Amino acid sequence: MSESMNSKLEDRRDFLKASALVAGVAVGPGVLFYGIAHSRSPEEGASSKQRWGMLIDTTKCAVGCNDCVTACNTENGLSGKTGEQDSQWIRKLNIKHLQTGVEHNLPMLCQHCENPPCVDVCPTGASMKRADGIVLVDRHICIGCRYCMMACPYKARSFVHEPLTEQNPEVPRGKGCVESCTFCVQRVDRDETPACVEACTASGHQAMLFGDLNNPESDIAKAMKTVATTEVRADLGLNTGVRYQGI
Amino acid sequence: MANNICLNQKECGKSTGFWLLLTLGGLVMLGTLSAFFFLEHHGHIKTGMTNQIVWGLPHVFAVFLIVAASGVLNVASIGSVFGKKMYKARARLSALLALTILSGGLAVLVLDLGRPDRLIVAMTYYNFKSIFALNMIFYNGFFAIVGLYLLTMMDRKLKPWYKPIGMLAFLWRLALTTATGSIFGFLVARAGYNSALYAPMFIIYSFAYGLACFIVVQAAMYKWNDIEIDEAVLCRLKNLLATFVAAALYFTAVLHLTNLYFAKQWDFERFLLSDGGIYTLLFWGGQVMLGGFLPLLLIFSPGARKQPAILLIAALLVIIGGHAQMYVTIVGGQAFPLDMFPGYAESSSFFDGVVHAYSPSVWEMMLAVGGIATTFLITTVAVRVLKFLPEDEIKDPSSTVGQH
Ligand code: SF4
Ligand code: SF4
Repeated sequence: MSESMNSKLEDRRDFLKASALVAGVAVGPGVLFYGIAHSRSPEEGASSKQRWGMLIDTTKCAVGCNDCVTACNTENGLSGKTGEQDSQWIRKLNIKHLQTGVEHNLPMLCQHCENPPCVDVCPTGASMKRADGIVLVDRHICIGCRYCMMACPYKARSFVHEPLTEQNPEVPRGKGCVESCTFCVQRVDRDETPACVEACTASGHQAMLFGDLNNPESDIAKAMKTVATTEVRADLGLNTGVRYQGI
Repeated sequence: MANNICLNQKECGKSTGFWLLLTLGGLVMLGTLSAFFFLEHHGHIKTGMTNQIVWGLPHVFAVFLIVAASGVLNVASIGSVFGKKMYKARARLSALLALTILSGGLAVLVLDLGRPDRLIVAMTYYNFKSIFALNMIFYNGFFAIVGLYLLTMMDRKLKPWYKPIGMLAFLWRLALTTATGSIFGFLVARAGYNSALYAPMFIIYSFAYGLACFIVVQAAMYKWNDIEIDEAVLCRLKNLLATFVAAALYFTAVLHLTNLYFAKQWDFERFLLSDGGIYTLLFWGGQVMLGGFLPLLLIFSPGARKQPAILLIAALLVIIGGHAQMYVTIVGGQAFPLDMFPGYAESSSFFDGVVHAYSPSVWEMMLAVGGIATTFLITTVAVRVLKFLPEDEIKDPSSTVGQH
């Protein structure tokens, strides 16, 4: 099912890519080569030996606990307001089975997809995936078109609707750009875990595990081998870096 | 027929009217620009757009214009690719409108960006995987090709190029609308857009919307010059519009019927077709009735053969219905919540699982109409200084060439 969908998507992309080539040649090679010369490599500063990921145990995630959300807001300088126009990088989601009534609680955040639709659709390349799997928005290239928000299946992204003040210098954010969870890349690059994971552990719930999926010795890789995990919207074939257990 | 036909507005000497139109368009444009600077300063917080409805009214108007721009070129294409005389006489106006309408649509898209100051970034950084970036390339190419096409019509020396470039323009704009439709077709995660039918459907819509825009502008120009449209021409345009509108209705029906076939799309279809409030109303009342059945009824009414006004009203209705369709497609498609966990009810502080509300602010309304104002202004100036009036009876227009 997801395979056929993927191949359908691929077909459509191929066709359109081919048309683009024709277009580029017809319009003027200058435009085409200018574009290529300027496309940036998103690999800077990260290694493809790693793939950062997160495993969330929904059975341990406590009802009413919001510690991960608060920690994220503090770390990344978000206001914590929850209006329709406010940014939320991580949110507590309650899901209730329509037939059985079983409920689960879980934090929902950018799933750091291996095949991220946000990156595919971004016209400028501002949405990008680092070699280590972390999906980021380059604040300096984002033009604020919001196409990535349309494309993300998890509603993981927010648009900054108003001017911001008192920012964390490590976390550049700004009016008119789109943003989302970065796995606290500034911390990860210092060998720390994301703020949400740290807060969840500190609260004693231990529902979030962060680590390198490519390293067989890591806790997360070991856990993924022993328990049944769920990829949200697995049918889309995005191979998410965030997985859930207990659903 | 009027005796003193003027080939462009300048010749008619009706300067007061011209300046009046220019002032009118200029005032709307002024409103748009002030809304733009206001939003640029305060941010999108002053719009009704949110993190749930990320594309709103500006996109409804912009995408309508972009789609109509490619469709309006149809008239010229039928003239040059298929060699129909009556359409050839309208080719210039058709090509001009394709350029001005596209300018209007793109202007709104750019003015609505979160960082419009980075337009140069959008022009120089291309992610070739992105269908959006492809669209930008198609738009640029469209300007270049249609511009050349127009030149081949205006300059006799370039006449040998008229046909080949006409052909290129024809193919290019089919590709362009395919790409525009694919902007939505690519959003696989959203129930409202998950259909490969979007691209061909947008082509059909573009035919109908484009022709409707053409008919309205032509009617205005004829009125201006006190010319009455030839009955045979009226009849042809009428039938063509009817064909396109009927085809658009057909595609709409197919889209929803195929969606009903897939169980996972039922919830969305129920939302759109019966429980969606404003979206349901706009779909049935706006897109289907006002923009579809009513124009057909008018076109086939007994009086329509002799009454240019009836065709004009039908065309205006198609344009209104087209905006309703865009609203349903763009805003309605986002209003329906994403289903991350099929079979579960979802709730959160981020409005998961609920139908998202959208009420546009006056600022984004002012921004949205800027596209129409842009189109209107450029068209008004162009038809005044150059020769664009469709001329059915004049055999040799050479005496006036170069009088601008
Ligand atoms: S979850 Fe959304 S924002 Fe994050 S990588 Fe996937 S598509 Fe992009
Ligand atoms: S809003 Fe920014 S990151 Fe998102 S698609 Fe547009 S340019 Fe890319």
